[in-house]
Amino acid sequence: MDEALLRTLTPTVIAVLVRRGADFAAAEDAVQEALVEAVRVWPDDPPRDPKGWLVTVAWRKFLDAVRADASRRNRELRVEDEPMPGPARVTDDTLQLYFLCAHPSLTPASAVALTLRAVGGLTTRQIAQAYLVPEATMAQRISRAKRTVSGVRFDQPGDMATVLRVLYLVFNEGYSGDVDLAGEAIRLTRRLAAVTYHEEVAGLLALMLLHHARRPARTGPDGRLVPLAEQDRSLWNTRLIAEGVDVLQAALARDRLGEFQAQAAVAALHADARTAEETDWVQIVEWYDELVRLTDSPVARLNRAVAVGEADGPRAGLAALAELDPALPRHAAVAAYLHERDGDQVSAARLYAEAARSAPSPAEREHLTRQAARLDERLRGKADDGHSPAR
Amino acid sequence: MVPYRTKENTMAKYLLLKHYRGAPAPVNDVPMDLWTPEELSAHVQYMRDFAARLQETGEFVGHQALAPEGTFVRYDGEGRPPVTDGPFAETKDLIAGWMMIDVDSYERALELAGELSAAPGAGGRPIHEWLELRPFLSAPLTTE
Repeated sequence: MDEALLRTLTPTVIAVLVRRGADFAAAEDAVQEALVEAVRVWPDDPPRDPKGWLVTVAWRKFLDAVRADASRRNRELRVEDEPMPGPARVTDDTLQLYFLCAHPSLTPASAVALTLRAVGGLTTRQIAQAYLVPEATMAQRISRAKRTVSGVRFDQPGDMATVLRVLYLVFNEGYSGDVDLAGEAIRLTRRLAAVTYHEEVAGLLALMLLHHARRPARTGPDGRLVPLAEQDRSLWNTRLIAEGVDVLQAALARDRLGEFQAQAAVAALHADARTAEETDWVQIVEWYDELVRLTDSPVARLNRAVAVGEADGPRAGLAALAELDPALPRHAAVAAYLHERDGDQVSAARLYAEAARSAPSPAEREHLTRQAARLDERLRGKADDGHSPAR
Repeated sequence: MVPYRTKENTMAKYLLLKHYRGAPAPVNDVPMDLWTPEELSAHVQYMRDFAARLQETGEFVGHQALAPEGTFVRYDGEGRPPVTDGPFAETKDLIAGWMMIDVDSYERALELAGELSAAPGAGGRPIHEWLELRPFLSAPLTTE
């Protein structure tokens, strides 16, 4: 049973039903039912034409639902007379599904769920598991989302920016969750890049590929976080890096810079360095300058301070950091790192401990506590030599 | 027949609560950032192995860590936004995280809490941390 094929066909089949006159919510339900049936039937009786099979079964499910509905309301059934579809315009329709599922009227959590189901072909149960919520809750979230977009015309041009944000959200969740959402986000972005040409779609795809390439090196065998500078670069996936760089270069050549391209450029410069020491921090600072210009994001400024610390020395980094709000997430962690590089281990140890207390994830907390412990151990060693640490 | 429940015929869920503050001091009371990195690794490994073992025995339900800072919130009347207060530095009781287990007996829950409390800390010695064990109230049995 080819689950990957099933999932690839999902948005196509939904689009076929919509083109035949089904509304999106009903089409989506019917296709989900057809998928469930496929999972049951295909292993023993694989169809010769999987797409045709799915369309037939989903259409039947849809008609059953309409009939049940119609007999309930004692209404005429018109939809059966709809003409069969003409030649497929699969690509355009898939794009419309992305737009609809990430419609700006949806909350990010709803858009993510709807996208994973209608475009990604995941079952409600799989999505619920990925986001650690009960299946009934996720089912409710999805049906509410479908009601929200029920008045949206399928053929309207959509908002690419919200689509990209939704895909990026899915990707970022993938680093901490139990289901491979990062891989799923890449698949969906690849497909989006195949049906549309947009520089930022390419930028996002490149960014995902370049980050995903480093994933095997990001955690140690005991599950702990390994910072970029300490990663075993031989574990980086060179095929993904090469693809990411190609995708990015093609996008940059069109000279319409956006935030995802700028972030991907930073990732590409890291990927390009054979050792941490070879990293071109001067160029990285320039890309962060672009990113700050494009987004004015405090997170970009914080990352820029780290890069400045590497390019121009820790004092310069601390000066850049001094301009930022200390309440920013990870501010203390960056301050700790820069202070240590500046030789101030006492401040660094204190700041690492502070950063650990406000860490957003257990893995980061463990990493930061470890940094504090490492410095405290060194300071105790010095104290034994007759130098007293200031703590 | 009157519905009844004994320790023998039901699985029961318990919450193991770890406190930042509010529990009696552990025997091996050295804050984490004063451990050596090796001691930290040994501790983290112990916690991972513990959870993995409970998953294998089918007794693990879930676990989560909580951020140290929270806010108190209450209703403030019709048409008004909720009142918030805190965080209070002096709050006596502060929960750091929880693990939910589903076990055959209270004795088994005690045994597991004891094991978790034996996680190694400074010097590689058990922390002897006080954990709070709280049984869940459960629904009435469906058989009568």
